[in-house]
Amino acid sequence: MAAPLVELRGIAKTYGRGEAAVHALTDTDLQVYPGQVVGLLGPSGSGKTTLLNLIGCIVEPTRGRLDLDGETVYDGRWLRSDLRRLRLEKIGFIFQFHNLLPFLTAEENVAVALDLAGVPGAEARRRARALLDYLEVGHRSATLPSRLSGGEAQRVAIARALANRPRIILADEPTAALDSGRAAMVMDLLRRLAIEQQAAILVVTHDETIFGRFDGTVTLRDGRVVPNG
Amino acid sequence: MNLALRDVRHNLGRFLLTCLGLSLLLGVVLSMIGIYRGLVDEALTLVRAPGADLWIVESGTRGPFAEASRIPGDTRDAVARLAGVAAAGSLTFQSVETAHRGRTLRLYVVGYEQGRPGEPKRLAAGRPITRSHYEMLAERRAGLEIGERVRLGRDFYEVVGLTEGIVASGGDPVVHLTLKDSQRLQFELDPPAARRELARGASPAGLDTVNAVVARMLPGVPAAGVAAEAARWKHLGALTQEDQEGLLLKSVVEKARRQIGLFTGILLAVSAVVIALILYTLTMDKVKAIATLKLIGAPDRTIVALIVQQALAMGSIGWGTGTLLILLAKDHFPRRLLLLPEDALMLGAAVLVLCVAASGLGVRLALKVDPATALGG
Ligand SMILES: Nc1ncnc2c1ncn2[C@@H]1O[C@H](COP(=O)(O)OP(=O)(O)OP(=O)(O)O)[C@@H](O)[C@H]1O
Ligand SMILES: [Mg+2]
Repeated sequence: MAAPLVELRGIAKTYGRGEAAVHALTDTDLQVYPGQVVGLLGPSGSGKTTLLNLIGCIVEPTRGRLDLDGETVYDGRWLRSDLRRLRLEKIGFIFQFHNLLPFLTAEENVAVALDLAGVPGAEARRRARALLDYLEVGHRSATLPSRLSGGEAQRVAIARALANRPRIILADEPTAALDSGRAAMVMDLLRRLAIEQQAAILVVTHDETIFGRFDGTVTLRDGRVVPNG
Repeated sequence: MNLALRDVRHNLGRFLLTCLGLSLLLGVVLSMIGIYRGLVDEALTLVRAPGADLWIVESGTRGPFAEASRIPGDTRDAVARLAGVAAAGSLTFQSVETAHRGRTLRLYVVGYEQGRPGEPKRLAAGRPITRSHYEMLAERRAGLEIGERVRLGRDFYEVVGLTEGIVASGGDPVVHLTLKDSQRLQFELDPPAARRELARGASPAGLDTVNAVVARMLPGVPAAGVAAEAARWKHLGALTQEDQEGLLLKSVVEKARRQIGLFTGILLAVSAVVIALILYTLTMDKVKAIATLKLIGAPDRTIVALIVQQALAMGSIGWGTGTLLILLAKDHFPRRLLLLPEDALMLGAAVLVLCVAASGLGVRLALKVDPATALGG
C-alpha cells in the first residue's frame, strides 16, 4: 500500500488550562491512505470536529506529530510557517453549513479559491464552471448563495473544496443539511474523487444511512479512538 | 478577483448611503475652508481697492480698519508733496444702516476724492460719480439698482453705478460717495445738536476730517522709505500696503481663522470616527466570510485589501460627491465661498490618509478572526 496521506501519531488536544481544561482529544493515532473514504463517528462532544481542525492545521495540537502528504507539519511545534498556503494547496474543506461567501455568485465562490492559488481570471472561471457542471449545478453559476437551495449550496461548496485538486478532503457533516437522496449523491461524489484523484477523504457524520459507504470508520468517544467491533 | 468591489455591490444601498453621509460631512468641511478663504479674500478687497502703496493714518493707531483713525483733511496735500509720491487721495470709512424698501440695509460707506487714489477703478454697470453731491456707487450685493434713491443720514443718494467684489471685512457691501458727502454723513451733527453747540459758543465742528490718506509711489520708489518720512509728522502714522493687509488679516481674520480651523479639525475627527465605525461594523458583518477566506487559504493581504479598498472607495466617493455638492451650492451661501483647487485636493489627500487610518480598527478585527469560526455550526 502507498504511504498514508494523513498520519497522526500521539496527537492530543487540550482546550484551556487548569480547572477549565477540556481534553478534547487524547493520544490519537490515525492513518488515511490515498483513495480512502474514512467515516469519523462518535457522539456529540467526542472530539470529531477537533480532529478535523487538527488535520486541517486550523487548531494547534497540544502534543504529538502530524504528517500530511509525506511532510511533517507538526512535531511538538508547527514546522511550516505558511499554514494557509498549505491549506490552499493540499486541503479542501466541506462544512456542515456550506460557508459560501455571500457576496459572490456560485461561480465566483469556486473561482476565488483558484484565484488565490494564482490561476488567472479567465482560466479560473472556466475551471469553476466545469466543476459546477460536473456537480450538476452549472445552471446556477450566476446565482448568489442566498438564492440557492441547501443541496445546491452544498454542491457549490464541494466544488470550491475541490477547485485546487486537494489530495486531502475534510468534510464535517457534509450531508446533514441534505435529504437522503442528495446525501447519497454527495457520498458517491466523494467516493469518485477518492478514486479519480487518489485523495484521502475524512467525513464526520451522524447519518447512519451512509455508514455503509465508507472504506473504514473511526469511532471517537471522550476524545479517544475506540476499537471497532 | 476584486472581493471589495463584489462585497460593495452586494451591499450597494448601505454603501451608497454611507458615502452620501460622508459626502455631506466633507462638504461641510470644504465649505468651512471655502468660507474662510472667502473671508480672507473679502477682507482684503476693501484694503486693496484703492491700489495704494502707502496709508497715512492717525498717529499711534492702526487705522482705519483695525482701529478708528482721524486726520485733518489737508494731510493729503502734504503727503502728495513728499518726494517719491505719485498721487494721494483722502478716504473715509464708516458703517451705516438704513431702511430701504422695507428692509434693513447694512452698508459700508467709503468716501473718496474724484480722480485720486481711492476712486473705484472698474464699474460693473452704470457710470462714475460726476456730480459732487448725492450720487453713489453701490456694490452689486447691496441689491440696489441704478436709478434707485437710498437714504443715508439725512439725505437721499441716487445709485449711478455698480461695483463688484468690494465688501467690508464683515461682509457688508461697500458703497462709494464723494468725500464731501461722506464727511457730512460722518461728522456733521444733526441740526438740534448743532444749534446747541452754537449756543454754547463752540466753533462749528470742522468737517474737513478724513480717516486715512492713501498714496501711490512713483515707479521704483519703495513705500517703506516714504513711510518713515511721513511718520516724522507727530500727528500722523504711516503704514505700507503690506503692513495694512497684515494688520487687517491679524485683527479681523485671525479669530475667524482659529474658529474655522477648530471646526474643520473637529469635523475631520468626526469623519474619521464615522468612517472607522462604519468600517468596523462592515467588517463585523463579514467575520464569517473572512474566517472562510482564511480557511480556504487566503493570505492576510487579501483580507486587508478587502477592507482598505472599501475604505478608500468610500473616502473618494464621499470626497468627490461632497466637492460636487459644494460646487453646485456655493453661490447660495450668504457669504462668499472661495473654493481653491488646492484646498479640495488637500482635503482629498487628508481623507484618504484618514480612511486608511480609520480602517485600522476593522483590519485589526479581521486579522484576529480565527479561521476555525468558519467551521462552527
Ligand atoms: N474552542 C474550544 N474551546 C474550548 N473547548 C472546546 C473548543 N472546541 C471544542 N471544545 C470542546 O472539546 C470537546 C470536543 O469538541 P468537538 O467540537 O470536537 O466535538 P464534536 O465531536 O465535533 O461534537 P459535535 O458532534 O457536537 O459536533 C467538547 O467538549 C467541546 O466542548
Ligand atoms: Mg462537530
